[in-house]
Amino acid sequence: MPNALSLNQLSISELTGRLARREISAREITQACLDQIARVDGTVHAFISHNPADALAQADAADRELAAGVTIAQKPLLGIPIAIKDVLAVKDHPLNCGSKILGKFVSPYDATVIEKMRAAGAVIFGRLNMDEFAMGSSTETSAFGITRNPWDPARIPGGSSGGSAAAVAADEAIATLGTDTGGSIRQPAALCGCVGLKPTYGRVSRYGLTAFASSLDQIGPFTKNIEDSARVLGVISGLDPKDSTSVDVPVPDYVAALDGNIRGLKLGVPKEYLIGGLDPEVKASVDAAIQQYLALGAEIVDISLPHTDYAVATYYIVATAEASANLARFDGIRYGQRVDGADPLELYTRTRGAGFGAEVKRRIILGTYVLSSGYYDAYYLRAQKVRTLIRNDFLAAFKQVDAIITPTTPTAAFKIGEKSGDPLQMYLSDIFTISCNLAGISGISLPCGFTTNPKLPIGLQLLGQPFGEATLLKLAHAYEQSTPWHREKPGTLA
Amino acid sequence: MEYEAVIGLETHVQLNTKSKMWCGCANAYGAAPNTQVCPVCLGLPGVLPVPNEEALRKTILTGYLLNCEIPRFAKFDRKNYFYPDAPKNYQLTQYDKPSTANGFVEFEFQGGLSRVRITRAHLEEDVGKSFHFDRNSGVDFNRAGVPLMEIVSEPDITSADMAYEYLNALKDILLYGGVSDCDMEKGMVRCDVNVSVRPVGSTGLGAKIEIKNMNSFSGVRRALEYEIPRQIEVVKKGGKLIQSTRRWDDTTGITEEMRTKEHAHDYRYFPEPDMMPLAPTEEWLADVRKLVVELPLARKQRFIREYALPAADAETFKNDVALGNYFEPLAKQSANPKALANWVINNLRAKLTETNEREKTEQAELGIEPADLQLTTLADLKFPPAALLELVALVEAKTISSAAAQQVFAEMYATGQAPAAIVQEKGLAQVSDTGAIEKLCDEAIAASPGPVADYRAGKAAALNALKGYVMKLSKGKANPALAGDILERKLKA
Ligand SMILES: [Zn+2]
Repeated sequence: MPNALSLNQLSISELTGRLARREISAREITQACLDQIARVDGTVHAFISHNPADALAQADAADRELAAGVTIAQKPLLGIPIAIKDVLAVKDHPLNCGSKILGKFVSPYDATVIEKMRAAGAVIFGRLNMDEFAMGSSTETSAFGITRNPWDPARIPGGSSGGSAAAVAADEAIATLGTDTGGSIRQPAALCGCVGLKPTYGRVSRYGLTAFASSLDQIGPFTKNIEDSARVLGVISGLDPKDSTSVDVPVPDYVAALDGNIRGLKLGVPKEYLIGGLDPEVKASVDAAIQQYLALGAEIVDISLPHTDYAVATYYIVATAEASANLARFDGIRYGQRVDGADPLELYTRTRGAGFGAEVKRRIILGTYVLSSGYYDAYYLRAQKVRTLIRNDFLAAFKQVDAIITPTTPTAAFKIGEKSGDPLQMYLSDIFTISCNLAGISGISLPCGFTTNPKLPIGLQLLGQPFGEATLLKLAHAYEQSTPWHREKPGTLA
Repeated sequence: MEYEAVIGLETHVQLNTKSKMWCGCANAYGAAPNTQVCPVCLGLPGVLPVPNEEALRKTILTGYLLNCEIPRFAKFDRKNYFYPDAPKNYQLTQYDKPSTANGFVEFEFQGGLSRVRITRAHLEEDVGKSFHFDRNSGVDFNRAGVPLMEIVSEPDITSADMAYEYLNALKDILLYGGVSDCDMEKGMVRCDVNVSVRPVGSTGLGAKIEIKNMNSFSGVRRALEYEIPRQIEVVKKGGKLIQSTRRWDDTTGITEEMRTKEHAHDYRYFPEPDMMPLAPTEEWLADVRKLVVELPLARKQRFIREYALPAADAETFKNDVALGNYFEPLAKQSANPKALANWVINNLRAKLTETNEREKTEQAELGIEPADLQLTTLADLKFPPAALLELVALVEAKTISSAAAQQVFAEMYATGQAPAAIVQEKGLAQVSDTGAIEKLCDEAIAASPGPVADYRAGKAAALNALKGYVMKLSKGKANPALAGDILERKLKA
């Protein structure tokens, strides 16, 4: 094959097949990813850090297991290099959350998702760049420098899981893990042209995920295609005794659900999502996707999610309130960077003043304000009530339809610096993704086309019922298999 | 004008669960600093709390023991404040939906029964402990995340003494329920007091002043004995009290202002999003109800009623649960529970205390730490409980005199031998042989002309001297009643 893809460009499904047939080794796959990082990460900067020796040692261990007869059925991610967003705890790896405040902190324990992926044989490597404490939509608030969009290095990769999306898009890892609090998986996946899945709240344990907003955060995979997304989700899902908000719903075989048969499934198009700021090219791509679904035998139904307008405001009250408490532990007393003071108060003020960036401070102050005595009822309590209304909107819609179809973002990737001076504009870039977290439902973004000049990926968002990931993946897979978008690779880096 | 105090107490009690509230770390006192910690109780990034079911059970049990309602919905909230001993800089507590509410405690006070209403008993987590050295400070997080129950009373308490009795009654209940070890010296019970004063007869409330830092029940009493007259003095002089928090200084015996209302914290409570609300099922609650025990006061009243005990004896059995538990099954079989109680309290307990004191001295000489002392308990006694019944019966049947009974008891305590066998072996049976006693009576009359004359002159009490003489002659074995009868007959003849 003259244009044979290198190993780092292949999907989990392709690689596990070749590993099983002993055509390649796990070491070769990991080495291919490390080589690609060496080649492109100077430009992309998806990684804050990575340890090649540790990654190769894990790959060698996987090769030994393969040699000993361990099968992919037993360990579905055996030998697959998967890189991790800097907000997830990996034993003996640095944990910085894209912030200065954690200093030289090294996690003494594994997040539950990491334990599960290790048990499935994955090679866990690297710390992926992100907006500081997952607060942002562009990865520009990271204390470790900006990450660039592999399709156009002058543009942002989206955020907060920008490093996770860029690493997959630039083939620096086979898959990555990110987190999604208001769109932080789906939005960068859309802007970088890969698949990003936000599972239902409670589907995946949050133990080991440094909380931004506890009631909104979920961990999910970034992958090169839908089947890989299903594979990783199958590994990381399930009840966890260490997370009392994880839910005891059986984990189905998500890959088996990808049978291509979506005839008769109903997709809802919410009228509230046809907003003014929607880019015409994005709209055209989503409209074309809707036509494609019709062609595949799905039904399209007009629906209404009447409380959509309140989602962004509600989100920024709930999320910042929770964040103001979640981030209180970063005080310089027990771990992380400390700037000493004459008394505890001065130590706190100096440590947090020096350790947190502007966006994090803005949200802590906002969250502190909305919880303050005298304002609690007007803001926090009210936001919780609106949140229930938003969830009810979705639950009512799901009585009519199997999934909801929308653009993931109003526009394709914007330029670095374009919105970083205007927080409100930045917040509005999450307008299509935020409701999903408030409602606690599942959502996925997958490629559905490109803008023409420049050529930038456009994302299609499907929103599914609580614990409806199997249907969501089936719908996404049917579309993906009938369109060419997921096979496109960014050209500028090659 | 006369003034009265209005007092409410907030009592923090560490639950005696095996593990901490949110993690598997041991809940044990006295380990080296920061050896009973893990990522969860240190508040490391990414950890989540998982509630300890045993702590929830003990909280609900306390609710039942304090006559509380058990709401079918409760939740944890975050109480936000920065302090070095708080690993997360928020404390998980139950703010507006506690696990138990609206109960009461009844206890004896000033010869009657008093009742203090309980607002709530809710669950929260303890924090670490700060230590200050010459140039720096340290925090021990072993205590961080230990389940802590806060019992809040209504302002139904009117004096320092009443507060003291309330606290003791509360402690007894918690000990009975097995929910806390209530060891004050280990900081397992801590109190905050809210106190205000008002003119007698008024129903309004004065400015509420909170006192902190009492580390014993007597400290609470002393603080109130200082604070109540202080407040009355201020008001009487036309001064104005303002809502504030004061600190009790146990050494100087005074309270000092720490902060006023304007400087009160805004704790920004909000529901803990890392945990689901608590919704105990009927089944689960029914299982907790099976753990409900008889309350101390009820036990005391029942002992008085069922075994015709004097209040003091019943009080002893209330306070010494093990002793009461030893007594009760025997009492049910005894014809004279009151006499039995006497033996248990005055002889058995005294003897056991004496043994324990000796053991303490001996073991201390061997260098054994106080915590590791091996002391004899009621379960280790050499004689079976029924032997005590037998002993009482021997006295009742006048087979032995009470003087002899003391000897029998000493012997059975030392050797475990049965009372009857001891009586036989030592020849301690009372002599009820009329012929033998007549002889002794004759001897006594002959040897005691003084008392004989007195008796004949009408001094009935003089008979006792003669009776004592007979007992002495018989070495304590003569049946005293019989001796009395015979003496009387002979003197009147
Ligand atoms: Zn712990």
